Amino acid sequence: MIELTVNGEKHSTEAEGDMPLLWYLRDIANLTGTKFGCGAGFCGACTVHIDGTAQRSCSVPLSEAANREITTIEGLAVNGDHPVQQAWAKHQVPQCGYCQPGQIMQASSLLSDNPAPSSADIDSAMQGNLCRCGTYPRIKAALLDLAEKAS
Amino acid sequence: MSRYLDLSRRKFLKTGAVTGVAVFALPLLTRQGPSATAVAAEAADADSDARLFIALQADGTVVITCHRSEMGQHARTAVAQIVADELEADWDRIAIEQALGDKRYGDQNTDGSRSIRFNLERLRLAGATVRHMLRDAAAEQWGVAAADCLVEQHKARHLPSGRTLDFADLAAAVADRQPPSADAVSVKARKDWRYIGEGKPIVDMADILTGKGTFAADVRLEDTVVAIIARPPVVLSKVQSVDAAEARKVPGVIDVIEMPANTEAPVQFRPLGGVAVLASNTWAAQKGCEKLVITWSDSPNDGYSSEAFRKQMEAANEQPGDVHYSKGDVDAALKGAAKTHTAQYYVPHLAQAPMEPPAASARFVDGVLEVWSCTQNPQADQSLIAGMLGLEESQVRVHVTLLGGGFGRKSKPDFAAEAAYLAHETGRTVRVQWRREDDIRHGFYHTVSAQRLEAGLDDAGRLKAWRHRSTFPTIQSTFVAGAEEPGFETDLGLRDPPYALEHIQAETGRVPAQLRIGWMRSVANIYHCFASQSFMAELAEAAGRDHRDFLLEAIGPDRLIDFAAEGSKFANYGGDTDAYPFDTARLKHVLRRATDLADWGRDMPEGSGLGLAVHRSFLSYVATVVEVTVSEDGELTIPKAWVVVDAGTVVNRDSVRNQMEGGSVFGLSAALDAAITVDKGAVQQSNYDDYQVARMPHSPASIEVEVVDSEAPPAGVGEPGTPPFAPALCNAIFAATGKRIRELPIGKQLSA
Ligand code: FES
Ligand code: FES
Repeated sequence: MIELTVNGEKHSTEAEGDMPLLWYLRDIANLTGTKFGCGAGFCGACTVHIDGTAQRSCSVPLSEAANREITTIEGLAVNGDHPVQQAWAKHQVPQCGYCQPGQIMQASSLLSDNPAPSSADIDSAMQGNLCRCGTYPRIKAALLDLAEKAS
Repeated sequence: MSRYLDLSRRKFLKTGAVTGVAVFALPLLTRQGPSATAVAAEAADADSDARLFIALQADGTVVITCHRSEMGQHARTAVAQIVADELEADWDRIAIEQALGDKRYGDQNTDGSRSIRFNLERLRLAGATVRHMLRDAAAEQWGVAAADCLVEQHKARHLPSGRTLDFADLAAAVADRQPPSADAVSVKARKDWRYIGEGKPIVDMADILTGKGTFAADVRLEDTVVAIIARPPVVLSKVQSVDAAEARKVPGVIDVIEMPANTEAPVQFRPLGGVAVLASNTWAAQKGCEKLVITWSDSPNDGYSSEAFRKQMEAANEQPGDVHYSKGDVDAALKGAAKTHTAQYYVPHLAQAPMEPPAASARFVDGVLEVWSCTQNPQADQSLIAGMLGLEESQVRVHVTLLGGGFGRKSKPDFAAEAAYLAHETGRTVRVQWRREDDIRHGFYHTVSAQRLEAGLDDAGRLKAWRHRSTFPTIQSTFVAGAEEPGFETDLGLRDPPYALEHIQAETGRVPAQLRIGWMRSVANIYHCFASQSFMAELAEAAGRDHRDFLLEAIGPDRLIDFAAEGSKFANYGGDTDAYPFDTARLKHVLRRATDLADWGRDMPEGSGLGLAVHRSFLSYVATVVEVTVSEDGELTIPKAWVVVDAGTVVNRDSVRNQMEGGSVFGLSAALDAAITVDKGAVQQSNYDDYQVARMPHSPASIEVEVVDSEAPPAGVGEPGTPPFAPALCNAIFAATGKRIRELPIGKQLSA
């Protein structure tokens, strides 16, 4: 039995400890906002916060998530109005949108560590998050916009 | 190109201990409610087309049905804008439904950058038709002349009295009315458009930003089992033997099923075969699949290897090929030229690799096979599945989810057919999930190509003769066994060179296809534009001229090029040549604007350069200028790119910008590091570690896009941004370093 907190709710599961957190969230907790892109830590589509820090849920076994606080895109902001979500809407960032939950979780983690990141900070924090639609210039513009507001 | 994080695979994925799994049974229901689409569609008859797309609810909500797949191009927003505009609907009182696959919608193949081109006028008419019905219903209710009424922002208004009726008050009356005939309907004047043009924010924004958007693998149906499939490593190979004993022992694994083999060319869209592991969750299915022990049969494609094949293609280019365009006497002109220049270019196989790997759910209940798929072409799913399972097409219902990117991969419904087969076979609801490794190894690949270009210049350094030979395995081979002669690929940047020359020849060589060949965003334009626009820069260099000036001179005077009269059977993307002529003035305009925006000709610091390319594809004109900096150890950065697009009339200007940005980054990915290579018939790459697509640090930090104001008919937007990017980039690299890139990907060529 593994216990963890997801978006403020207590979960307990009989699922195996080696099951990646991603598949627990998607298949068992039925939280499908966290996406599968590669299963191997290369794309960032599966990014969630674990105790407040962005991590790839495909590469974290459930046993390691035990007794931790997990936040997924569904739990980032009650009304979907996290500053990153607002900036994404303002800059019309998404194309297909598939990578965006991961991008948003990565970006919100970056901003909580560094509220006014430079362009180079943004590159280095976001380089693990692929967007095959190519929304990088808009993601960067949205984050620089937030950085400017913070400083 | 070594700016990636170390993203090496985490080891635990392969080594976790296996103990008991208990999966909690949650009531799992699809998010998709009852379908207004189906209601509207079923109510429709042949002459009430408008009702296929528009339904009015009792509260006045206008339900607009989008029959094109949403894959990031914002089709759902554009369709809604067009209909709501003509209908005079309040933007806040509309809802968007996604259409099922159904021939009554006409073409639903979301491919070829045609959604707006094929549907702008049709959807305007649909919206205007319902607007007329609302006006007439209101006039009848009031007992006044319809001519004294108009419809404005969700209300009908009687002009003389100022009375109004909301759409909600008219919904019941409209439901009983027959639509007027098309000639009794007038669409709005362009100046009265509210939503078409600048555009609205995308309709799916809130869902996407909160993780509520339903992509294929997000569909939740009761009692679903997940299937992961081991497919043959070589096309046309099949399972010879399988030992599934260990797989069946994995907790959660429910069944192991051999898929029907696909060993006959042409492969078409049929699934590849292999062995499916069905389990209660994705992780168990994946572990089970890794425990299968399969031996595969030999295949006629076992001898395919990328290195040897390249030599075969290059040898073909040394011989005269099949001629697709011939004007003047190229051989004589080249012999008589003051200077000639020849270059060969190579572009490898590529994979579309959309962020969402293929996935689909299916169930077979009461004789109806129902599928939920991230398909670009639901009618293709319908016909493939019906044919494969011996059902009528009417027994196959295809729901289209959001697509996490498509790029041509999801026009091929093999993955939905796998789910359908398994559902039909087992009676269960089955979700087939492709792993990234499956996507990279079992695709319908962008073809590999080798090209040879040869040109002649006169004493004054003017271009006089042009020969372009292109050799590649053709897409035709997917549909015709053994096909070696290209089809529509020759129309994509080979038989439409826009140059005012007396001597032109375009040819192709013949080689066999030994992988499944498909199409990828902008298709053959990728390699043809890379070669021809790189070669133009080489010729300008050889002539000692400025690239822009040389190119403008080669394009020549403003004119509408009549390729048919010039000896080229150019298909013009199926566009009527009166509506969509090849207009050199528009081509030169985007080139001039992009170079002006980039301040072409300015002094650049050491190691920096500007490069340009211009191309017409999918009836749109796009010029791209790229600025690069290359460090001494060969590290490439792209501070900025400029793109100018003339796509005729646009529905959503910001979505057009988004597509130019995304199309550019897609072209960048093709240029930088991505390559699919084959050894003994098997693809050698497997995931985003060895098939590397562009990441944020590689991307231009900003891309400035200018959309030309135009009232010309709408042209393509999803694809035309891609072709010019790679040649503009490589031309910039040449300007910065003097190093000419003739082979993609660039890879380590800059540090070598
Ligand atoms: S799915 Fe986790 S990094 Fe790609
Ligand atoms: S928006 Fe489509 S993958 Fe990022």
